[in-house]
Amino acid sequence: MPPTFDFDFKFQQGFQGRYTFPTGLFINGEFVDSVDKETIDVVNPATGAVIATVSAGNEKDVDIAVQAATKAYKSSWGLKVSGLERGKLLFKLADLIERDVEEISCIEVLNVGKPYLATRHRETIGASNYIRYFAGLAGKLHGKTVEIDESIMAYTRYEPLGVVGAIIPWNFPLFLLVWKLAPALAAGNAIIIKPSEITPLTTLRLCKLFNEAGFPPGVVNVITGTGQAAGAAITKHMGIAKVSFTGSTAAGRHVMSSASSSNLKSVSLELGGKSPSLVFDDADLEQAVRWTAAGIFTNAGQMCYGGSRIYVQEGIYDKFLESFLAFVQKSKVGDPWDSSTTYGPQVSQAQMDRVLDYIDIGKKEGAVLARGGFRVGDLGYYIEPTVFTEVKQDMRIMKEEIFGPVVALAKFKNEEDVLEMANGTMYGLAAAVFTKDVTRAIKMSNELEAGTVWVNMTLRLQPSMPFGGYKESGIGHDLGEEALRSYYNLKSVHINLGGRL
Amino acid sequence: MPPTFKHNFTAGPFQGTSTFSTGLFINNEFQDGEGQKTIDVFNPSTEKVIAQIAEASAADVDRAVQAAQKAFETSWGLTVPGNERGKLMMKLADLIERDIDEIAAIESLDNGKAFSVSKNFDVTQAAAVIRYYAGWADKVHGNVIEVNEQQLAYTRHEPIGVVGQIIPWNFPLYMFSWKVGPALATGNTIVLKPSEFTSLSALRVCALIVEAGFPPGVVNVVPGYGKIAGKAISTHMGIEKVAFTGSTVVGQEIMRDAASTNLKKVTLELGGKSPSIVFDDADIEQAVRWAAYGVFFNHGQTCCAGSRIFVQESIYDKFLEGFTKRVKSLQVGDPFHPETFQGPQVSQLQYDRVMGYIEHGKKEGATLHLGGERHGTEGYFIQPTIFTDVTADMKICREEIFGPVGVVKTFKDEHGRQIWIVIFAIFFISGADIIHQANDTFYGLAAAIFSSNISRALKTAHELKAGTVWINCVNQLHASVPFGGFKQSGFGRELGEYALDNYTNIKTVNVNLSRDSPI
Repeated sequence: MPPTFDFDFKFQQGFQGRYTFPTGLFINGEFVDSVDKETIDVVNPATGAVIATVSAGNEKDVDIAVQAATKAYKSSWGLKVSGLERGKLLFKLADLIERDVEEISCIEVLNVGKPYLATRHRETIGASNYIRYFAGLAGKLHGKTVEIDESIMAYTRYEPLGVVGAIIPWNFPLFLLVWKLAPALAAGNAIIIKPSEITPLTTLRLCKLFNEAGFPPGVVNVITGTGQAAGAAITKHMGIAKVSFTGSTAAGRHVMSSASSSNLKSVSLELGGKSPSLVFDDADLEQAVRWTAAGIFTNAGQMCYGGSRIYVQEGIYDKFLESFLAFVQKSKVGDPWDSSTTYGPQVSQAQMDRVLDYIDIGKKEGAVLARGGFRVGDLGYYIEPTVFTEVKQDMRIMKEEIFGPVVALAKFKNEEDVLEMANGTMYGLAAAVFTKDVTRAIKMSNELEAGTVWVNMTLRLQPSMPFGGYKESGIGHDLGEEALRSYYNLKSVHINLGGRL
Repeated sequence: MPPTFKHNFTAGPFQGTSTFSTGLFINNEFQDGEGQKTIDVFNPSTEKVIAQIAEASAADVDRAVQAAQKAFETSWGLTVPGNERGKLMMKLADLIERDIDEIAAIESLDNGKAFSVSKNFDVTQAAAVIRYYAGWADKVHGNVIEVNEQQLAYTRHEPIGVVGQIIPWNFPLYMFSWKVGPALATGNTIVLKPSEFTSLSALRVCALIVEAGFPPGVVNVVPGYGKIAGKAISTHMGIEKVAFTGSTVVGQEIMRDAASTNLKKVTLELGGKSPSIVFDDADIEQAVRWAAYGVFFNHGQTCCAGSRIFVQESIYDKFLEGFTKRVKSLQVGDPFHPETFQGPQVSQLQYDRVMGYIEHGKKEGATLHLGGERHGTEGYFIQPTIFTDVTADMKICREEIFGPVGVVKTFKDEHGRQIWIVIFAIFFISGADIIHQANDTFYGLAAAIFSSNISRALKTAHELKAGTVWINCVNQLHASVPFGGFKQSGFGRELGEYALDNYTNIKTVNVNLSRDSPI
């Protein structure tokens, strides 16, 4: 018998009462135990308590899932199902997520520690809207006919890859699942999903919606498990044509090398970042403070595109710092279910320890601790928003991704100077520019080595705008038509209309 | 009080009473027309009046434009992001599907097409087309164009504003979807005139537009006469774009109206005299079936009907035998009877017109091979009709009949030699040069080719002057595949991504980053 989630919700807000759903592996439309019957405990990061047990799969389970997915792809999915039909099913899935928004949001809050209000009213609905974008795109990616001469009819054709794998991280479990699930299915692929073993619950809760929406069994499969067991099994499987991975740069390297030593499956990677925010002296200071603060501390600092370095032009540095500290002072770290909470806990003990480590490193390196720098309470994994100033370019806290509520501030003189500092990183995921000057805004956007550049804001993404990293922040894109394209093979067809040898 | 439709359906899959307002639909309300004028609605199967619809005057059209303009500026256009427009459109598609049986019954009652066709084709596809365009709503992209690093140059594809749309009676709701889909997806507001013969399904769907949550004024439907309401649209100074589907003659008038008023953008989807070409290597049985479908689908009331059938000499007899047999098997009768393939023509006017062409055909010396008479004694039913032994100069070969009448002719090969004999006249030897014969028309809407040879099929397709060429099929339409005419069959493309271009103004924005002025 596969395990189940069985929890009594009794928090200040949200769903009230007992809630259960299966937490086995989801293969061929059914929940099953893993072959070796292993399980993993799931922890509530607000309290440290175990809240559920889920199955843990390994390569035996991945293999079964790939067989089911391949069969489904060949018989009841792929291009056998028109783009309009695939889109219809995705629209239905989006509607079902909205129907169940309360429970799904509460499960996410319980598992990840995200503040309830933002999750319930923005993030979960956001996920369903991102699905809708791709639902509407299904069947709209056109090949081309290419003029050669009248003796040849030449065209290109987009074909789904077949069975694809998606490995999802723990910082936005539902949201990032959708980033991969929606384009993969819109393109007609079958999919094997491995959610993070830390945050598998919302993915598992979604499984019955895959059935309810009408996806044929085997089209969507979920193998919970560790990176080393289940994740590695996906990256090296000979029957999986593509793997899309979001996570750390270090793990991303393993994914790529595993793909290369197995079947050279297509790989897209969305990795870490150390994204700079540049605040010029003509910026709207108050707005810059709000956006950059949100840009690092939202989601307890656990965002790949977190603006973890803030460069402030000399002339306004003092004023900026004062406003920034005053603004952050107003925020509250606490219980996710409390409506006065701004920021929740880190997702796990290990993550909290890692962040606290970096705070120590920062102090030792000689950066100035302007605020924060400590654990809050001793229950749950809470860290106070932390600000370091006088951070030098070569300090570790300026170079390495901390993935927590820790920001490094430094001064800059002018455009050339800040560009050099902003681009002086192996990462290139995002960047933000604060200025009123249109010319400067566009020129800086052009020059920053980052896959996403924000002007006068941070964090806001759109399902229609591609998202991907320069340099070691990744390969390929999520979101936008670019993402859809990456879930296809492209075939060129040349028809000879009469040329003879 | 605006008129209402009320009908008790007693036969077929939808049974029960359907009742809804048939006033002008302006600003999400049903209203009387000026002077409370109405138009009678006839059931073409019985020739009886079944309802009244409000009639729009020029003043009514003006009111609709005002409502649409206001909506565009305040609650539609770019004030509403694409994904929200898409969501409303999806909801509309869902509602059409929810009420599909009733809507299909109304369509069959009003237009005369078989219920099975109304349901499984017209209304099903109308929802599919709206759903298709819903998916485009947040994907209307411009381009960012590399010039040099001193400039940022990009394009925006902006909605035009209030667009006018005039649709015909042959596929009332389906044509409605072709027009409203891309217009709404790109953020325009609409003043749409359905045909005065077949306004019922559009008006029924207006209630769903309200239910779906569209803001008032976004979609306005103004039934009326072409010469009054239609003209009011094509000449209105507040409408910057008109899209028309109908006859070539009226299309020309619309274009003249646009030119003489505000140069509104025009797209036209007009008539056709489309050839179906059957080569000697075709699968004859399949060709027979498709060619019959090509002529007689929708009672021949299809702009892209394959109304000229060309058969290669060597297989002519075999083809004609099979074709005759197939056409004889087509059931003509009550639209609500499950076996019916062909219902009545839509109106007395159309009936007279088609019968007139049949008379012409006989007079011109063509052989009336099959049919040619009225079917039954009540309703505008015409027997499926075939003429053979025709020549290219005959009226029935050149003019669009728009009824269940096909002509069948032989040809020799693709590019036979043309032999000109000049004895006080120039004769063209028939049977030669199918490419020339097929293209010998001022129309260019569609064509169909039947051949099993890939080179021949594709090369012929590439040489035909037609906006859609079907190979080994006819009349296959998809929401995602563009459709439109060459030559006098019109211009602009509907369906597919292409249709979005009809409803956008392209703005180029060019930002100087560091250039000095030349002076």
